[in-house]
Amino acid sequence: MVKKALCEECGNEIIIPDDSLVGEIITCSTCGIDYELVKVEESRVELKEAEAVGEDWGE
Amino acid sequence: MTLGLVYDRIRVEEKELIESAKSRGIDLKLVDTKQEYIDIHDEKEKLEEKYGTTVLIRCVSYFRGFSVGACLENKGIKVINNTKVLQICGNKLLTSLALVKAKIPTPKTMVSFSLEGALESSEKLGYPSVLKPLIGSWGRMVVPLKDRDIAKAMIEMREEMSNPLDKIYYIQEYVDRPPRDIRCIVVGDEIVSAIYRYSPPDDWRTNVARGGTVEPYPVNDEFEDLILRTSKAVGGGVLGVDAMESKEHGILIHEINSTVEFRGAASVSKCNIADEIIKYALKLDRR
Repeated sequence: MVKKALCEECGNEIIIPDDSLVGEIITCSTCGIDYELVKVEESRVELKEAEAVGEDWGE
Repeated sequence: MTLGLVYDRIRVEEKELIESAKSRGIDLKLVDTKQEYIDIHDEKEKLEEKYGTTVLIRCVSYFRGFSVGACLENKGIKVINNTKVLQICGNKLLTSLALVKAKIPTPKTMVSFSLEGALESSEKLGYPSVLKPLIGSWGRMVVPLKDRDIAKAMIEMREEMSNPLDKIYYIQEYVDRPPRDIRCIVVGDEIVSAIYRYSPPDDWRTNVARGGTVEPYPVNDEFEDLILRTSKAVGGGVLGVDAMESKEHGILIHEINSTVEFRGAASVSKCNIADEIIKYALKLDRR
């Protein structure tokens, strides 16, 4: 079953790729907002707005 | 054994590490640091249940990764990289000090603690020079100081920032080099990949995160010796060592990354970098 979630910003239906893992960033194809995948279950997908890049981010 | 991978964001690299561990049948504990807390009084065994007996620190946030690593290491759990390495590589000044101590060729660097000191040091280095933040990556806040006016403006801006680290001025000579640098992925005592990274057309920085392109770099014995000495100078482990080809001084080491991103290198490397890292973790766990 294709997993989907609604974009809180623009209402677009975001398709969650099958190989997605919790912690991965999913981008809304309509408005470009980045979400972090928080939970993936059979019937439910939970997203939250992704953190902005921090000063200490990197390698 | 159980291997742990702590993260705060799943990037291409983490997916490849997970895939590699799975293909080896390893019991991999995945821990998102943002969803956890650590009781620092917990016994080692309890922490091992959640984090594994050897743990790869893969947080994109330096301070998160370092803090988790410190908590685990304090109870005797092996972390990759260990916190001494994370501390040195996560701070450009500490990295430069380690390189100078080990007599590794590196760009001329000065550090100062005020507007006046920063201007004087940039005058001494000559223009252009390069102002870098102590902490940070992907070329963020790295600024070429082309003349005194720009230097003054940039340093004055940094003086207005609230983070005290922004008021420590790490300024390096501008190295005359081709529009590329070299990224080496070192795992233990082996270079598993070496690539040229080319600047994108609209930028002078070579970071793949900024759109730079890559191609394999032919490693010779002399270069290998330098890179492995560099790795040893900061404590070893899994590292991304960055080198420049100075037209005047030959190869110079300018940065070492301790939570190395390797998607660029993986795209042109024959070896499976993620798998080399997993093999290294297994070897360390058995020690």
